[in-house]
Amino acid sequence: MATQTGTAFADDPRIIEYDVRTDEMLINMGPQHPSTHGVLRLVLRTDGEIVSEAVPHIGYLHRCAEKIGENLAPRQFVPYTDRMDYLAGMNMNLGWALAVEKLMNLEIPEKAKHLRVIIAEMNRIASHLVGMGTYGLDLGSFSPFLYAFREREKILDLFEEACGARLTYSYLTVGGATHDLPATWLEKCEAFLDQLLPVITEYHTLLTTNAIFVRRAANIGVMSAATAIDFGCTGPVLRGSGVDQDLRRDGEQWYTEMYDGYAFEVIVEKDGHYPKDHEYPAIPKTAVLGDCWHRFYVRMLEVIQSIDLVRQAIDRYRTATGSHCVPVKLNQKLPKGEAYLETECPKGQMGFFIVSRGEAIPWRVRARSSCFSNLSVTHELCRGCLLADVPAIVGSLDIVMGEIDR
Amino acid sequence: MSGQAFVDQLKKAFADGVVGANLEALDPWVEVTPEALIDVCRYLKNDAKLRFDMLNCITVVDYLETDPKKAAKAEFEPHLEVVYHLWSVPNKVSLVLKVKLPRWQNDEEGQLPELASVAGVWRTADWHEREVYDLSGVNFVGHPNLRRILCPEDWVGHPLRKDYEMPLEYHGIRGR
Repeated sequence: MATQTGTAFADDPRIIEYDVRTDEMLINMGPQHPSTHGVLRLVLRTDGEIVSEAVPHIGYLHRCAEKIGENLAPRQFVPYTDRMDYLAGMNMNLGWALAVEKLMNLEIPEKAKHLRVIIAEMNRIASHLVGMGTYGLDLGSFSPFLYAFREREKILDLFEEACGARLTYSYLTVGGATHDLPATWLEKCEAFLDQLLPVITEYHTLLTTNAIFVRRAANIGVMSAATAIDFGCTGPVLRGSGVDQDLRRDGEQWYTEMYDGYAFEVIVEKDGHYPKDHEYPAIPKTAVLGDCWHRFYVRMLEVIQSIDLVRQAIDRYRTATGSHCVPVKLNQKLPKGEAYLETECPKGQMGFFIVSRGEAIPWRVRARSSCFSNLSVTHELCRGCLLADVPAIVGSLDIVMGEIDR
Repeated sequence: MSGQAFVDQLKKAFADGVVGANLEALDPWVEVTPEALIDVCRYLKNDAKLRFDMLNCITVVDYLETDPKKAAKAEFEPHLEVVYHLWSVPNKVSLVLKVKLPRWQNDEEGQLPELASVAGVWRTADWHEREVYDLSGVNFVGHPNLRRILCPEDWVGHPLRKDYEMPLEYHGIRGR
């Protein structure tokens, strides 16, 4: 037997391969690539099929929203937050509105709080559905994508009825919401939730337990809890690594008071089980905590959790007192000071920082993007993986470029 | 641990490194000197009780009044303020660290102020410091790869500085 280090002999047919040089190759993935979820460019250094380096290049959607924020009143800035994570515009609106309310020390009515929970959790469902559908697409399974968009469409219809927009809502604003929910909206919402629940079970059979899907996602891109924390990963990416943190429970009073009295468990693995996962598919034997499969599964379970939260919020909203908003004037002066607030958005913890010098227009606005930190871990996860696993890993982080580039 | 006890503990460990604190603010903050920053960060992260193991955000606030009428009344000297938002996953507690920097190193316009990089403490800082360098113009000494991240590499200036002016033209694209 010829050894690998030896020179190849042309007359030995078995080792002809040794003459083929496999140089390192730089491969550009994106910025226009279906599986990069927007305009993300990855430069991959590969040796054959093995990736040794994956460097993300971002900024294609950069609009310097922070600079725009320095020139607008907080309520005028709300539409710009829509365009950050455009798949979860409501959650972005909410994060910004809460940060401003924290600065202004503005208490909003009971009814507005429950309305916000309904809307924010509905948008979380919509965002996770897209995350689920596109992840299937990344792994070569087309139909779940269509089913996910079919359900999301119904949520968008509901949002359209509530605020007139389907993607960039600007609905939740400083002081509450722009309008109250229309008549019969709650009934339609409940009807939607009733039919969504069994559909999710179908998705589990389509993807979660699908043997091909499990082969593609389980034990791929494994991230330890320490790495996730070190890179500032948040949301389902952090919880997928087994870290018990959800700002709806652990966040600041300004945010958690919305969820006061709500019954929910943080979706995180404990002793090999997720909350309520006995009703749902078991964790495959090949899956390792922190891999792509777990990140995906956390999202799927969060959809169920959100359905539950919306139902609770609808009950409370029906009996709540007060109005859907307190009026805030456009030229109302902001108190001097600084406020930073993070909220649990579908993709992770989105933070807004606002500095005021006592004028109606903030001195400085900062948006801390969850996907920005989540994406920065790409290189760490992709090193040593197969080329075909790169879309599986990047897709499992569920990124949106609008939020990363701001 | 109460806020005051925490600040006392920090002052005991770093004496002159801690130059101010405000525990009454919405987000209580501690101000440290640029020289002490890296040691304070290591301490905050590695202390067995504090365990600030997550860096949420790095922000630079540019304090410069560009309106000459208001500048006379401004209650500050022009400077940059670097704000670090820290979070402890085990304790679920947040903390704000602040560092004041001159707007330009040695008062020479165009010379970026220098600050020690904390990318070795939290790896989140790697990208966040690149963003701050890109948009606000702070030179992080010791950063492994300090390049622009959001703006193109040949971009001129740092857009989040208050005296930044939009370029009139960039590769044939009209600015305004």
